[in-house]
Amino acid sequence: MSLLELKNVYKIYGELHALDNVNMKVEKGEWVSIMGPSGSGKSTMMNIIGCMDKPSKGEVLLDGVDISKENAKNLTTVRRDKIGLIFQQFHLVNYLTAVENVMLAQYYHSLPDEKEAMEALERVGLADRAKHLPSQLSGGEQQRVCVARALINYPEIILADEPTGNLDEANEEIVVDLFHKLHNEGTTLIVVTHDPEVAEVAQRTVVLRNGRVVKEVQNQNFTGKIHFDEEGTHVTKKDLKSEEEIQAEEHAHENQ
Amino acid sequence: MKKRQMYFRMITASLMRRRSRMLVALLSIAIGATVLSGLVTIYYDVPRQMGAQFRNYGANMIFTAADEKITLEDVQQGAALIKADQLVGVTPYRYENVRIHESPVIAAATDMTSVQSTSPYWHIEGQYPSSDGQILVGAALAESFNLKSGELLEVSYTPAEMASGDDTIQDNILEFEITGILDTGGSEEDYLYISLSDMEALTGEAGDIDIAELSVSASSDELSGYADTISNTVSSVNARLVKRVTASETTVLTKLQALVLLVTVVVLALTMICVATTMTAVVTERRKEIGLRKAIGASDTSIIKEFLGESMMLGGLGGVLGSVLGFIFAQQVSIHVFSSSISFMPALVPITILVSVLVTGLSSLMPIRSATEVDPALVLKGE
Repeated sequence: MSLLELKNVYKIYGELHALDNVNMKVEKGEWVSIMGPSGSGKSTMMNIIGCMDKPSKGEVLLDGVDISKENAKNLTTVRRDKIGLIFQQFHLVNYLTAVENVMLAQYYHSLPDEKEAMEALERVGLADRAKHLPSQLSGGEQQRVCVARALINYPEIILADEPTGNLDEANEEIVVDLFHKLHNEGTTLIVVTHDPEVAEVAQRTVVLRNGRVVKEVQNQNFTGKIHFDEEGTHVTKKDLKSEEEIQAEEHAHENQ
Repeated sequence: MKKRQMYFRMITASLMRRRSRMLVALLSIAIGATVLSGLVTIYYDVPRQMGAQFRNYGANMIFTAADEKITLEDVQQGAALIKADQLVGVTPYRYENVRIHESPVIAAATDMTSVQSTSPYWHIEGQYPSSDGQILVGAALAESFNLKSGELLEVSYTPAEMASGDDTIQDNILEFEITGILDTGGSEEDYLYISLSDMEALTGEAGDIDIAELSVSASSDELSGYADTISNTVSSVNARLVKRVTASETTVLTKLQALVLLVTVVVLALTMICVATTMTAVVTERRKEIGLRKAIGASDTSIIKEFLGESMMLGGLGGVLGSVLGFIFAQQVSIHVFSSSISFMPALVPITILVSVLVTGLSSLMPIRSATEVDPALVLKGE
C-alpha cells in the first residue's frame, strides 16, 4: 500500500479545473518533486495533500485512509500528526526564537521538549542560532528552522512548497542537502517546485500542466544532490524543462 | 516542559518582544482602567467629601431633654456613641433670661471652641470669646442697643427666688467685654453668647443643658441609626436629626452619585469599544501568524486560548496601571474640586484588575473568533 495515493482528484472553481483527474502515488520513504509552471495546479495539490483544502471530487488516501471527506477539525489533526510543512516564505512566528518556533510544533502535537528541539536545530546546523529571533537570521537560516520545525514531530510526509524559492544558491544547496539527509533517514519528501534544478534531485518528478499530470520522470542516476558543472553552475538534465522553456514551448504551439 | 509552561512562555514572548505594538494596546486599556478606577473612587468618596462640605451648613443632629433637662455628662455619653472620626463637633447650649440696659434678652451659654465646628458658617465681626468675662453679641441685639466690639457690657440676672417675690435676693450682675458681633442672618443674632462657666457665675448655679447641637459626618441612614441608638442608650437624651440638613444632603448626594455612576457606565462602554477596536487591529494584523499556527496543527480552541490569554494578561497589566493612575487621577480631582485628599481604597485594586481583564477578554473574543476562521492556505500564500 502506498503512503499517499490521489485517485481521480479534481479541484474545480467555477469553470476552472485547478486539478483535473489527477492520479498519483507516493511510496513510503520516497522523494518526489511536483513541478510545473505557475497556474499548473501545484499549490492546489500541495494544499490538498497538506490537508489545508479538500478536493471537489476523488479520493486522497493517506496511509490507506481517505482524508478527502474529513471535516476541518479532523484535517487539522491529520496535518498535525502526519505532515510536516515547509513554506517558500519560511513563515516563522517573529517574536519566538528559533528553538521556540520548533517547540511550537511540538506544543500543538504533544509536549514541548526544548532538548529535542535543540537536537533538531543541531541537525540543520543551527544549534548556535537557537536563541535568535527570525529577524536575526538569514533567509537560509530561517528556512532551516522551518525544516527543523517540520521534522520535529517525525511526520510521515514532509511537504515543502517552493522551499528554495527565496534562497540564494548556497542556501539552496544546504536545504537540498538537508532533504537528502532526511531521505536517507527514511523520511518521505514531497517537494513542490517550479525550479527544475531542485526538482531533478528527487527520485521522481511529477510534472503538472493545466491541472493534469503530464509527465513522470524517474531519476535513474538519483544522488539526491544538485548537479554542478566545472564552473560551479547548476546543471539541469534535459528530461526536465524550466518554467520559461515550458512557456516558450506553449507559445510556439499556440502560434502554429 | 509542560504545556502550560510553553503557553506562558509564548504569551510572555508575544507581550515582551512585540513591545511597541503591545504598548499601544496596553495604553488603551490602561487609560480606560484609569478613568474607570478614578471615577469609581470618586463615586465612593463623594459622600465623605460632600459630607465634609455639608458640615459647613451646621449641625445635623440635636440632643434635647427626653423629660426635663439634660446634663453635660448625658451629652458627652451620647456623643461617645458616635464614631470619633465621624463626630465633627458637639456644642451644648444653656439658655437663660438676662437683662442688658434693663431690657430682657436671652443669653446662650455654650462652648466657644466647639461652636466653631458645629456652626462654621457663623460670621464674627471681631473674634470669639477666648476666656471668661468675654461676650459675643448677636448683630440684631448689637444694633438695637448700639453695642460694638471692645465695649464693656453689664449683664444682670434675676434669680428665680427673687423673681418669685423674695425681696431679700438681689440681681446678679457681671461685666463682660464684647469681643465680637455675631452675624448669621438668622435667629442667632437675637442672643448673647457667653461661656458655660460665666453663665454659672451669673446665675449662681450649675444648670443643666437645654439643647446640644452635633455635627456628624455620616450618611442619612447612619445618622438615623445613631439617633436611635443614643435615644435608647441614654434615656434622658432625645436625639433627633435636623431634617432640612440631612434631607437636602441625601438628595444632593444621591443625584451627584447618580451622575458619577452614569459617567462611569458611559466611560466603561467607551472603554470597551476602544479596547475592542484596538484588539481587533492587534488580532487582524496577526492573521498570518494565526494561519501559520493552524497550518502546523493548532486547533481553533488553542488559538482562542492563546490569544485570549495574551489579551487577558494585557488586561491585567492595564488594570494594575489603571489602579495606580486612577488613584492619582481621583486624588487630583479631589484636591482641585473638594480641596482635600482622597482616601485610598485597597479593595478597588483587585476589582479594577478583574474588570480590566474581563473587558479586554470580552472585547478580544469576537475578533479572535473571526480570526480563527482564516484559511491557512490562503493566508500563507499572502492572499
